Amino acid sequence: MATKTAIRPVRIVLAKVGLDGHDRGVKVVARALRDAGYEVIYTGLRQTPEMVVDAALQEDAQVIGLSIHSGAHMTLFPAVVQELKRRKATDIVVFGGGIIPEDDIAALKEKGVAELFTPGTPLQGIVDWLRKRFPEGSR
Amino acid sequence: MKDQPKAYVIGFTGAPGTGKSSLVDALIASLRKLDRFVAVIATDPNSPFTGGAILGDRIRMQRHALDPRVFIRSMGARGHLGGLSLAARESIRLLGAFGFDPVILETVGVGQSELEVAAIADTTVVVLTPNLGDGVQMIKAGILEIADIFVVNKADLEGHHRALTELRSMLSLSNVPGAPKAWKPPIIPTSATRSEGIDELWAAIESHRKYLASTGRGERLAAERLKEETAEVAAEIARDRVRRALAEDPALAERLLEEGTPYGTAEEILDRKR
Repeated sequence: MATKTAIRPVRIVLAKVGLDGHDRGVKVVARALRDAGYEVIYTGLRQTPEMVVDAALQEDAQVIGLSIHSGAHMTLFPAVVQELKRRKATDIVVFGGGIIPEDDIAALKEKGVAELFTPGTPLQGIVDWLRKRFPEGSR
Repeated sequence: MKDQPKAYVIGFTGAPGTGKSSLVDALIASLRKLDRFVAVIATDPNSPFTGGAILGDRIRMQRHALDPRVFIRSMGARGHLGGLSLAARESIRLLGAFGFDPVILETVGVGQSELEVAAIADTTVVVLTPNLGDGVQMIKAGILEIADIFVVNKADLEGHHRALTELRSMLSLSNVPGAPKAWKPPIIPTSATRSEGIDELWAAIESHRKYLASTGRGERLAAERLKEETAEVAAEIARDRVRRALAEDPALAERLLEEGTPYGTAEEILDRKR
């Protein structure tokens, strides 16, 4: 156990953006990421892009994970990426999850969202993606 | 270092679900009315098995999210002894230098972490609620000794009055007759969600601060803590050296396994010239 703590865990801000109260999924993801050894900062419901980016900066997070089930992903996900640009924090990786139609995924990736996970994704799939993305921080 | 502005540190501890984060949220709101810059370090335990953590204290403080004069940082205790206090102490220095005052240090009281908070904070606030069990539970938990201020939160719940009475009688037992007159921890009833009792809590923190300053106890504590911190830093450096030596020197590690002599090997590593 002791040697593990020498490695700095990857810190992930998880947030629900916009008017969307469906937080069951994001809580399951939070738990899975915790069990995979990540430090998850969960900020709760009804976040604006500004709030999410602010939290990520204060928390020195390397990753932002957004969850959306309201259909506003084409507006809110790119808004978070834009806000990161405005705050000169483009080193922070953004991924998203929720009910996102196939056609929108390519467009979102073009706008700077690193990866998107739709319903049916195994939790291990998210963990595997993070491990690949941050090999030095995983245990 | 000496001329850097220093933050006054208020520690909040208590069992999970007693309303620490909501209380801190309410306290931030009234401190912002006084135009103070407030920083919060909120700690939660890491899993001892995976090292992961869910840090959720920000949720209760969302109304301050876009206030640039409020800085909230979540910290995982990361499972190693004393690790939290080292990181927290350095962060507090940094936040103080940036003009944040006070710094609020919040931690779940589940074992040793509340003692770590008490060892860092200038004023330690222990948060209790009704229905946490009887007075014996309170002594068992060892929280009576570390509190400079008691808060009995959730004043809107039934049983609040009884909790206050029990706490009062527990505390009166701990007054040793003839002992020198010292600080007596006040008991503040609050309802964080209704923002009741928050001004009284702040007044109690202020009067504890004045007590520390006027009796010289604050200065003595600061001196003791600086020495203790230096010892902790030294231990951390030594731990690091030993881990690295064992990782980089397979022959040494093998000999340790054969002979089973942790003390001897540790001394051997620390005696090496660097």
